[in-house]
Amino acid sequence: MNARNRDPISADEYLREIICEMERDDAPRSDISNRTSLDRRGFLKLTGLAGGGLVLAFCTGMPRDAAAAAGANSFVPNAFIKIGKDGSILIYNKGPEIGQGIKTAFPLIIAEELDAKWSDVIVEQAPVDPAVYGNQSAGGSRSIPSSWDQLRKAGAVARAMLVSAAAATWNVTAAECTTRDSQVLNGKRKLGYGALAARAAALPVPDAATISLKKRSEYRLLGKSYTGVENRKVVTGKPLFGIDQTLPGMKFAIYEKCPAVGGKVRTANLDEVKKLPGVRDAFVIEGNGKSTEIMPGVAIVADSTWAAFEARKKLRIDWDESTASKDSWSALVGVAAELSKQAAGDTTTLAKGATADALKAAAKVVESFYTYQFVSHSPLEPQNCTAWSHDGIVEFWAPTQTADRALATVAGALGMPVEKIKINQTRVGGGFGRRLMNDYVCEAGAIAQRWAGPVKLVWTREQDMTQDFFRPGGFHSLAGGLDASGKLVAWRNHFITFSTDATNPVSGGNLPATEFPAQNLANYQLTQTMLPLKTPCGPWRAPRSCSVAWVIQSFLHEMSVAAGRDHRDFLLEVMGEPRLLEGGLNTGRAADVIKLACEKAGWGRKLPEGHGLGLAFHFSHAGHIAEVAEVSVDKDKKVRLHRVVVAGDIGPIVNMSGANNQCEGAVIDGFSTMLGLEITMENGRVEQSNFHQYPILRMPNHPKVEVHFIQSDNPPTGVGEPALPPVAPAICNAIHAACGHRVRTLPLTKEGFSV
Amino acid sequence: MAALKLRINGKEISADVDPNTPLLWVLRDTLGLTGTKFGCGMALCGACTVHADGNPIRACSTPVSGVIGQSITTIEGLAKGEKLHPLQEAWIEHDVPQCGYCQAGQIMSAAALLARTPQPSDSDIDAAMSGNICRCGTYQRIRAAIHSAAGKLSKGKPA
Repeated sequence: MNARNRDPISADEYLREIICEMERDDAPRSDISNRTSLDRRGFLKLTGLAGGGLVLAFCTGMPRDAAAAAGANSFVPNAFIKIGKDGSILIYNKGPEIGQGIKTAFPLIIAEELDAKWSDVIVEQAPVDPAVYGNQSAGGSRSIPSSWDQLRKAGAVARAMLVSAAAATWNVTAAECTTRDSQVLNGKRKLGYGALAARAAALPVPDAATISLKKRSEYRLLGKSYTGVENRKVVTGKPLFGIDQTLPGMKFAIYEKCPAVGGKVRTANLDEVKKLPGVRDAFVIEGNGKSTEIMPGVAIVADSTWAAFEARKKLRIDWDESTASKDSWSALVGVAAELSKQAAGDTTTLAKGATADALKAAAKVVESFYTYQFVSHSPLEPQNCTAWSHDGIVEFWAPTQTADRALATVAGALGMPVEKIKINQTRVGGGFGRRLMNDYVCEAGAIAQRWAGPVKLVWTREQDMTQDFFRPGGFHSLAGGLDASGKLVAWRNHFITFSTDATNPVSGGNLPATEFPAQNLANYQLTQTMLPLKTPCGPWRAPRSCSVAWVIQSFLHEMSVAAGRDHRDFLLEVMGEPRLLEGGLNTGRAADVIKLACEKAGWGRKLPEGHGLGLAFHFSHAGHIAEVAEVSVDKDKKVRLHRVVVAGDIGPIVNMSGANNQCEGAVIDGFSTMLGLEITMENGRVEQSNFHQYPILRMPNHPKVEVHFIQSDNPPTGVGEPALPPVAPAICNAIHAACGHRVRTLPLTKEGFSV
Repeated sequence: MAALKLRINGKEISADVDPNTPLLWVLRDTLGLTGTKFGCGMALCGACTVHADGNPIRACSTPVSGVIGQSITTIEGLAKGEKLHPLQEAWIEHDVPQCGYCQAGQIMSAAALLARTPQPSDSDIDAAMSGNICRCGTYQRIRAAIHSAAGKLSKGKPA
């Protein structure tokens, strides 16, 4: 995508593009390993490595010593690896670390094929250059699958060259050599990679297509547990995050936008604000009207963050709200409740079989109306970005999930050529989809264009919570039919969602024809009605799945309860014979994780009074995940979530500790969100501003989470997202098993539950 | 503005700041100690937790004038040189962090807990840690790491 060569696109269009990109099961945009000679030259030129190790200083601001120590004889087979003659193995991580563990996982994949000893490996962040590195985004749990082959080949090519260098040294064939723990072996002879670096560096880079990759059974590193490569820095408080960036002479900025999205600045008391203590400047930015880039507002530049925050309190802006959002959640809920009485919506997404007839002929019909809430991302690091306009370029230090995309987005928003934009990737204090957008990067750039010197923009928590791209709420009016044997024979859903353009659903507010159980039933009807909305929506951890899985898996449980059948058996029956469905759901892999979750959770065992087990499955982001929740509910509707068992099949595991951690976090995030989190809007304004009104789950209420994986040779996928969608339905199904109450509105607190 | 004398991580420091400035921003913007994090600005999330004479406080809501004469410890001052605090070691061993943003505050709250209650129960941990949000949901590992560090501390000291 190049923002300069096309007409401006709407925020929704931009987000659709991002999601398509994330969901595309593709090779990297430029596969480095397939054009290694060019890359190598390009990389040396790009980084200045040939001239003596400028790469570190360029890309991360780290001291140059590490690169310099490796010396001129270091072996740099491609843009990912640099082996020094001292045996140090530097691996560049190309993707953004947002808490998903990629800075550990990517280098592990390279190190596996390189046959490096993990303790020899040092990891540094790569420069942002998609022409060299391909995809440098984190989203859709696509990091691992989209880079798997690229990274494996990068390691394997380097290993082959080191083997060639050793073989030549010993005057044997490469086939007579093996590798292990950063050494090439031939009989009793050994040469460390460091000793081979100079010789390997003189060899031509082989074509990656001729290099064979390891089988899963040959892995020495992958699948074991590793602590994150930056953990020591994290626990000692090193400046890793975007908000920690400090430059000489740096000033601090805030940017105030209209609380109702779309409002424009009519006037502001700039002269008064400029006189406040510590304030250096205050100015209006007109912006380009795109919520994903720059909306109109007022910037204040000050000597400290606190001075900027204090000045913001005195800032008075007269907003022109004639075209601003007037969205009202309470009104939308009322409209949806009326619409839910209609069996069908405005448009038909899928009409399969004869659903109306099948419902008429059914032995039993169940009808239900489900409502879920808008939620915010609320990463703990508020949006921020440091920018500096110097030497004809604008340079950024950005905690973004999409560093590669940001180049073109920012260039377009600032009206600059993309080659005049430089982005340094920082660690990201939580993504969850929020930082797929680069609005805060564009804003920092616009401020930097007006201020001579480096400037750090920091949003307040209140700005972060109210000016998000929210996970949209939604409504589903469902009917399901059972035959006399208790088999599910028909499914009808009138899905009520939102649109900002009257044409497409908002980001994360869609429901495609392939969504489970459409392909598993003979009679299935999905229709849709869209309500107009101005509130920006965006991808939130497992977009769409994070909300619709709750509805689908809860309603399936309603059906099995109505049929008087065991839910495990019922769900397995709906899955049917093992087969691959359009969209990637493999019903055989689904059945296997459903059975595993039930087995590990003790499905069917006798439970204490007031306890219940709930089961749910969801396929998303190429991951098959089943979960069983155990809850207890007391007479005051106090819920205790005791334990959640996760069973997943995401292909081979890279870092077992990392994969487990993602699942544990997804369960807690899923519970936290379904329990008590809700964003509401009135008169276009978000009503929740900080954590007192948006009570994220805390230590006393976390469940015990147990994770089990079925490791397979299926293509790997990421696990940041797919473990989240089954959480809410597993809990609600368990609540029903515990106390007989069917939850049809989220968050749970809406139905009187608490923890 | 006034030159305030502060004691931070064992050092006497003079900072020329408005006495009403929250300690958080003096640490981060004036002194460059960015390990203490900004999360909410209202003492709701615990990301800015530091110790004042050993007590855990929320630096985002504590005016710097309120800690004059007290000894402030931040995450940067928790280790003894290269020797990490047992909690920092346990955090690495249990691979606790995901995004890592909240973890400095979590560790400072846990360190204050262990200083008072060397062998905390689960409910002690609930009580001491409930002011700290982890948006990534690493609570299970935080709990395990606290127990593990407590176990190591007790082995290090004869009963």
